[in-house]
Amino acid sequence: MNFGFTEEQELLRNEVRKFLDENCPLEEVRRISESSEGFDRELWNQIAELGWLGLTIPEEHGGADLGWVDLVVILEEAGRTLFPLPLLSTTLAAAAIRLCGSAEQQARWLPSIADGSAIGTLAFLEEDDIQGPEGIRLRATAGDEVEAGEKLFVCDAGIADLFVVALRSGDGPTDLCLAVLERGAAGLGVENLPGVDLTKRLGRVRFEGVHLAEDAILARGGDACAAITRLQDLGAAAVAAEMVGAAEAALQLTVSYARDRIQFGQPIGTFQGVKHPLAEMYVDIESMKSLVYYAAWCLGEDHEDAALAASRAKAYASEAFARIGLDAIQLHGGIGYTWEYDAQLFLKRSKWARPIFGDADYHYERVASSGGL
Amino acid sequence: MDFNFTPEEEAFRAEVRRFLDENLPPEAERDLAFMTAWQQKVREKGWIGFSWPKEVGGGGGSIAEQVILKEEMARRKAPPLGTCFMGLAWVGPALIEYGTEEQKQRFIPDIIDGAYQWCTGYSEPDSGSDLASLKCKAVRDGDEYVVTGQKTWTSIAMWSNWIILLVRTGAGEQVRHKGITCLLVPMDAPGITVNPIKNMSGGTMFAEVFFDDVRVPVENRLGEEGEGWGVTITALAHERSGIAEVTSLQRSLERIRELARSCRRNGRPAALDPRIRRRIAEADARVEAMRLNGFRFLTKQLRGEKLGSETSINKLLRAELEVELGELALEIQGTRGTLARGTDLVPDGGKWQHFALSWPEVVIGGGTPNIQKNIIAERILGLPKDP
Repeated sequence: MNFGFTEEQELLRNEVRKFLDENCPLEEVRRISESSEGFDRELWNQIAELGWLGLTIPEEHGGADLGWVDLVVILEEAGRTLFPLPLLSTTLAAAAIRLCGSAEQQARWLPSIADGSAIGTLAFLEEDDIQGPEGIRLRATAGDEVEAGEKLFVCDAGIADLFVVALRSGDGPTDLCLAVLERGAAGLGVENLPGVDLTKRLGRVRFEGVHLAEDAILARGGDACAAITRLQDLGAAAVAAEMVGAAEAALQLTVSYARDRIQFGQPIGTFQGVKHPLAEMYVDIESMKSLVYYAAWCLGEDHEDAALAASRAKAYASEAFARIGLDAIQLHGGIGYTWEYDAQLFLKRSKWARPIFGDADYHYERVASSGGL
Repeated sequence: MDFNFTPEEEAFRAEVRRFLDENLPPEAERDLAFMTAWQQKVREKGWIGFSWPKEVGGGGGSIAEQVILKEEMARRKAPPLGTCFMGLAWVGPALIEYGTEEQKQRFIPDIIDGAYQWCTGYSEPDSGSDLASLKCKAVRDGDEYVVTGQKTWTSIAMWSNWIILLVRTGAGEQVRHKGITCLLVPMDAPGITVNPIKNMSGGTMFAEVFFDDVRVPVENRLGEEGEGWGVTITALAHERSGIAEVTSLQRSLERIRELARSCRRNGRPAALDPRIRRRIAEADARVEAMRLNGFRFLTKQLRGEKLGSETSINKLLRAELEVELGELALEIQGTRGTLARGTDLVPDGGKWQHFALSWPEVVIGGGTPNIQKNIIAERILGLPKDP
């Protein structure tokens, strides 16, 4: 029984933190996220060289073959600096290909993800905004023609090279298929959507006469259904891991302000009206950590608690980080309301992260059902 | 990170399960004779004071084995291991850390045997959250201390043979904390008066305790003179580790789920009400967070680090949960929630009504939530002290 990180994981954390502090502090995050594409190729190539993009990819395909707990370490640090590049989306696309791709499919796509030449993302959600396999309505016919339609809220769609698309192939609950479509495929259109959080880009993917080649299909039927569910659990845990880091950075920013800001002749952090909300944030962040680390361990081990653990983590994080974002602004007073001050960046991140891969309502309902209610 | 146990630890789990299969009847069949025999049997297994070193009569169990023992006992809803609750919770640990050889031999076997109860004399009428301002005075007179003053909110004082008592041996603002000493005092000592206090649930669990020139031999001092604050911190830190409370919260939550399925209100089972479902799920995630926080604290201890103020995290989570579960249990009952014991219209014999009125015992005892927040803000986040 050991609920802590290994020495190697702590070293990894220190390296990631040092790199991001030097190469992607918040000024740089602002520069990248305020640019038209919201992307920086040079920084992307650097993290590919550091091995972050191939972290969970098998060694034979250019990765490090590490686990989800290792990934959580990187995502937590990425969250801390509001890292604006598509690390999370690409990792999930790689997970989909590794989870159910054939040897040929893995060899075709994973090396280019690991070396940074391909950005990937999942395209699951549609207009009805329903999480899970039952939300997949866009149909592929028996001949693997995709009906005209669209996927919405696709993370990093504007710059993605590979789209892992979930489609419905029949009326049964597991009549689904999971396919990879490359950017530029005939009939595939991509459009950016304006977002609240400039560090997390979203888009719309349009299908107009798209044909799925047989070698583009990752999985069909029950396998596809299970993979979609598992990818959403992984996505929920991964977003929650980024939320932990971002929430902790928001807390640190606010704590240092509360120590420095003098009113009524003393630092405002002396007053319980200020220090108690900060203590509550701390309690929530530590609890988020416990829930997220355990979810990552369960997902990596394929433990029977995996789905429940992911739901508990994402539900708790969705509520707690939203509150932390609001409190961070309020405790700063007027300065927190400005564009120039960084507190607003964390608040906006909480608005993005709250519903992505399921909000608290969705995940708490899953917890309730699995408890026999 | 690894939540699996070693083969040796799993063998211990198998031993515990075998013991429970052989010795634990269903809940309905557990009468007084069983309870007495049970305590004798778990005593023989070395499972009372299981975490304490063997030299003092404890079980010498490893941290992992302690977790396994607690998990298995909780899973089978076994009765407690040992009956001397405060002795096991913090008097024993304080004795192990600060006691003389003579004190350990004198008190620890009785705590393990459950020979009598200990109570805890910390709070005073004017010293609650600000415990270090306590005034109950002990003046050295030869080989004795003479104790004069009052304690209050002293749980089970009327049924206890001994009290672990904090007294003031030094005065003045400079020696606020350093002027506090810990004494072990027999409750039948001349000059002690116990005055029970009825609480809001109608029960009587705590009392005022008055000391009028009570003479206590110097050999009954725990730790050095002026070291009492350190002894208390050790004791309260044990109270805040939180892992033991998780199993009881899990059990309450499971029963609340059953209650939600069986109670109808607003024309349908409460379990179908989205808001009830949501609140039960939130409580579930919080209990799980507490369990996992506890595992992170244990891992820290396994790696040889000391636990500090972070144990206040679980104390705070528990406080919220104890209140919320009581509220939930009553709201699930709808208008029946207004009834009390004594009618068959009230679910579960009215025990939830009692539950919903009993949280202050654990939420306020050992430091209120606001004090826990101060501890976190000042000792962990480094914010300035208030006042």
